[in-house]
Amino acid sequence: MIRETFLLAEREIRRNVLRSSLTILGIVIGVAAVITMVTLGGGATAQVASDISSLGSNMLQVRPGQGFHGPGGTRSAAPRLKIEDAEAIASDVSGLAAVAPMASGSAQAIYGNANWSTSVIGSTDKFLQVRNWSLAEGRGFNEGEMRAGKNVCVLGSTVRKELFGGQEPVGASVRLQKLSFQVIGVLDSKGQSGFGTDQDDFILVPLRTFQRRIAGNNYVRTIYVSAKDGVSTEKVKSDIERLMRERRRITHGEEDDFNVRDMKEIMVALTSSTRVLTALLAAVAGVSLLVGGIGIMNIMLVSVTERTREIGTRLAIGALEKEVLLQFLVEAVVLSCFGGIIGIILGLGAAAAGANALQVPFLFNAKIVVIAFLFSAAVGVIFGYFPARKAARLDPIEALRHE
Amino acid sequence: MKPENYHQNTSYKLITLQGVTRVYGQGRVAMYALRGIDLSVDPGEFVAVMGSSGSGKSTCMNILGCLDTPTDGKYLFEGVDVGRLSRDQRALLRRHYLGFVFQGFNLLNRTSALENVELPLIYRGVPVVERRIRAKEALASVGLEGWETHTPGELSGGQQQRVAIARAIVTHPRVLLADEPTGNLDSARSREIMELLTAFNRELNITVIMVTHEAEMAAYADRRVHFLDGVIDNGHDSERKNK
Ligand SMILES: Nc1ncnc2c1ncn2[C@@H]1O[C@H](COP(=O)(O)OP(=O)(O)O)[C@@H](O)[C@H]1O
Ligand SMILES: [Mg+2]
Repeated sequence: MIRETFLLAEREIRRNVLRSSLTILGIVIGVAAVITMVTLGGGATAQVASDISSLGSNMLQVRPGQGFHGPGGTRSAAPRLKIEDAEAIASDVSGLAAVAPMASGSAQAIYGNANWSTSVIGSTDKFLQVRNWSLAEGRGFNEGEMRAGKNVCVLGSTVRKELFGGQEPVGASVRLQKLSFQVIGVLDSKGQSGFGTDQDDFILVPLRTFQRRIAGNNYVRTIYVSAKDGVSTEKVKSDIERLMRERRRITHGEEDDFNVRDMKEIMVALTSSTRVLTALLAAVAGVSLLVGGIGIMNIMLVSVTERTREIGTRLAIGALEKEVLLQFLVEAVVLSCFGGIIGIILGLGAAAAGANALQVPFLFNAKIVVIAFLFSAAVGVIFGYFPARKAARLDPIEALRHE
Repeated sequence: MKPENYHQNTSYKLITLQGVTRVYGQGRVAMYALRGIDLSVDPGEFVAVMGSSGSGKSTCMNILGCLDTPTDGKYLFEGVDVGRLSRDQRALLRRHYLGFVFQGFNLLNRTSALENVELPLIYRGVPVVERRIRAKEALASVGLEGWETHTPGELSGGQQQRVAIARAIVTHPRVLLADEPTGNLDSARSREIMELLTAFNRELNITVIMVTHEAEMAAYADRRVHFLDGVIDNGHDSERKNK
């Protein structure tokens, strides 16, 4: 009887090609959309998280405030940070692994005929340590180069690729702002960040060189601080805040005109944007699932009249109520599973393509595949089965009379 | 071949209706379609049910076919009180003993003639090869050879009628209930169908109860029963045809 039931269901599916394919389509859309959206959202979140951990988990940032209340109550720019601030932090705050003041700008880099517009970061050799960069070739800056502000540079892997192609960069000279810089090292690649920016697209020069030769001022944009392993970043943070208030002569009760943020806060700032993205994607996916569900419901309800008469005919011929129900259940399950499988294949394919296009990792999420499949299957089964159940409980003659 | 005096010697009745009533609706809108029907049918009998439109013929056939239940009264099938059977038992009774030709055909849409005729065999668990052969034979016997793959939408009313007859006889039921089986057929076709039903009745000993308007078709039957406003009109000739 089971074999016969499958046969009946299969025959029923084939003879209602339009209804069957519309039902399948609803499920396909729902499942594929949810899987695509959630997989991509998960990939983006994972990317951001890995970007953040690549910064080093015990890193802190010191930056000037967005503004402060100057004399007369006007909102003016907060005083800049200086190299001396970094030196003071390094000497006065305990438990630090490294301190790296940093300034940046953009410049045109030229080597031979190659020409590349990139950002230039001025910092110390500690920058590599604090930001978790490692050298692919050559070396970092030495004490003398940093103190004297020599024209030496370390290339990010993108800059190396754009300027040198297959050639050996270490020892060569690149031109930045009409000045010649000797390449002493090349960095390993970190790839794209979760926000789609290329992290390898920069040239690192000694901070003093940057200030004198490129920026023409003595500003420091950010001081990166990395705490030693096992040292509480909370404590380091409050120590730095105390020191900076002192150095900037901020009196009791006055607001800080700078801020010190640890990874937790940076993480919150960065992930809040991916959370918005993920929520948006989830909403879109939810709508698709809903639309798919409503589609299935419509198709099933529209065919109820016809199906009721069909059920009446089957009952009149001698079918048992449970046989009719089993047939309809099998039909709904077969359709839903078929649609679900197509949806999973399409959804994973679209997610893989999307992940490739957006440069985020493709993370197979088995849980969401199962959830989307079960939801759609449930919709298919509920709307395929329950109207049939109602009809199968009628007297045959009532079902046959159904208009 | 059944003996000449088969009916007379049978001590039990195949079908017995005792005071069967069927009321549609309730209270002021109550409509009495049947008002106390007493009827018995012997095994192997061919009965024609006649009567004007609205006299309750179809209502009575639905009850005989176990598709509907009487409001009051008793229906005995081979001595078994159908009113006491469960839904599933009645379904099995229909499956194994009854064949029904509906006035409105009730074929499955978008389903080939062959598949429609196969349907009762599927529920009887007949293996697929045998099922095909028997369904083809049944279609051929109603003159629809070559029309197997056509769906009801592609068939005329008369052809659909014949598919419905083929579906009812394909199982060789104990009792064939036919509600105006020649209603949509021309007289030549009608006579063919009547010859077919008569052959079924004689050769396979299938009991036939058939509703018809036409005296010519009713003449094929052993006996005629006349309905009048929900009761059987005994004033009419309802004697057995002399064989
Ligand atoms: N489902 C129903 N609801 C209400 N009245 C019905 C229904 N079916 C039949 N009737 C009424 O019952 C009477 C007998 O109908 P029916 O058995 O179809 O007559 P016949 O087949 O002899 O023409 C008619 O008056 C008809 O209007
Ligand atoms: Mg009628």
